[in-house]
Amino acid sequence: MEYKLTFKNYNQALKRDKLMGLKCKDCGAFTCPPMMVCGECASTNHEIVQLSGKGKVVTFTTSFIASEGRENEVPYTIVMVEMDEGPWIMGNLVSMDPKKVAMDIVGKTVQLGNRVYPADKYSNGDLARPAFSLLE
Amino acid sequence: MRRVAVIGTGHSKFCFNSEKTQVEMLAEVALDAINEANITPKDVQAVNVGNVLGDFEEGQGMVQSFFANDIGCFNVAASRFEGACASGSMAVRDAVMWVASGYYDIMLVGGVEKATAMGTPLATRTFAMFGDSRYEFPAGFTFPAVFALLAHLYSNKYGIPLPALKEQMAAVSVQSHEYAVKNPNAQIHKAISKEDVLKSFMVSTPIQLQDACPFSDGAAAVVIASEETAKKLVKKPVYFAGIGQASSGKLSSQQKYLPRIRARELASQQSYSMAGLTPKDMDLCELHDCFSIAAMIAAEGLGFFDYGTSGLAWEKGQTRIGGKIPINISGGLKAKGHPIGATGVSQVYEVTRQLRGDMAEQGRQVDGAKYGIIDTLGGDGVLVSMILSTM
Ligand SMILES: [Zn+2]
Repeated sequence: MEYKLTFKNYNQALKRDKLMGLKCKDCGAFTCPPMMVCGECASTNHEIVQLSGKGKVVTFTTSFIASEGRENEVPYTIVMVEMDEGPWIMGNLVSMDPKKVAMDIVGKTVQLGNRVYPADKYSNGDLARPAFSLLE
Repeated sequence: MRRVAVIGTGHSKFCFNSEKTQVEMLAEVALDAINEANITPKDVQAVNVGNVLGDFEEGQGMVQSFFANDIGCFNVAASRFEGACASGSMAVRDAVMWVASGYYDIMLVGGVEKATAMGTPLATRTFAMFGDSRYEFPAGFTFPAVFALLAHLYSNKYGIPLPALKEQMAAVSVQSHEYAVKNPNAQIHKAISKEDVLKSFMVSTPIQLQDACPFSDGAAAVVIASEETAKKLVKKPVYFAGIGQASSGKLSSQQKYLPRIRARELASQQSYSMAGLTPKDMDLCELHDCFSIAAMIAAEGLGFFDYGTSGLAWEKGQTRIGGKIPINISGGLKAKGHPIGATGVSQVYEVTRQLRGDMAEQGRQVDGAKYGIIDTLGGDGVLVSMILSTM
């Protein structure tokens, strides 16, 4: 059975600021990032959809350490965002100084853009990531 | 299924920059375990090994076969288990199943890691491989960051203001260091204060250096056997009363439960159910405190405290010897050290020795302990639970 929304296609779309996911025709849930089955009911009866790209920050951290080869990104803020359609996705908050991000960021509305991690010898190619900006 | 027991134990000193190879570290602890079990390497029918990053640490894959041969377990079936930081526990649980089924009578389980050989930048990179490489690593995923995300979530969900939560987290680290001072196998023999924690380097807000376990080298081993064989070989077999294992997907996919870890709750329920026991029956616990907040989440998931209250329990001393449930009397991952492939086996070693009453000479015996539970978390998605019993 074919994988409906592959990483390759998700990644290419994200590089154009489009967040792609799956909408389940059985239970109505959205699955993003994509999987083989609906993350809610495990059905394979779903269609590829573009999500709005809007959501709210659920939690965050500002990191002062990084993996090998990513030291130049420090400090950076990771956010978990609940998209308007329901799924949580992990990305970066790029519209403010990471050192100033504090607890009051939780609940703020953000809009998705993207930044590309340029690959290292283990990553099997470059990897786009959601890069969020505050809307208000 | 037959009952299965631990009959021999071995444990290296956990450390930075071990001068020994992984095979050498494993061989030493394995022979200690074999000698304690009153058997010889020829009696071992199969070998399981937890080892996570040997490929990166020494350029050594499939260490289990070279290790088995090195100690004279010639040509036996040797298997490696990889579930990030839960690898050692997976190796033990799997061996328990083989012996319980009657297929083998005596197995040796080891765990080993030499993480400090990688240096911190590569170690951080390779540890991040236990998150989702496609969908979460790109955002700068590291394990400190994961537990930092959970710490902020925990603060919000349970209404504990961050400064108060930070104090609770510090209490977890302070206790672990205090007990590690008494553990000769511990990597860090230095008591720390709450102030030491709160002024340490900020790793990933709100997690500071002293909220985090170190990178570690080390090994541990246990010999396990069927009840019948165990009773012939040793005076005090320690039995596996219950075992459990569960998995989960990438962090974001766990959205409905976080900061709770659903797979931990399922794995421990399997253990409690198999043992016919409840959290109240436990006399001690070794749990996965890779970060102070991780210890708090674990203690709640295992059923010892209500959600959002375990930090207070640490502050009140309910997690010490004499408290409601003594937790990480070894010093935990935080101060005993966390050589990831060995950690689960080390936890089994610790609880076995507590249940045999061997820890009195180190001044950290939980008197009269009959039941102990271990909890190990691997990456985003492997949780293992095991209950050990004197009976
Ligand atoms: Zn569905």
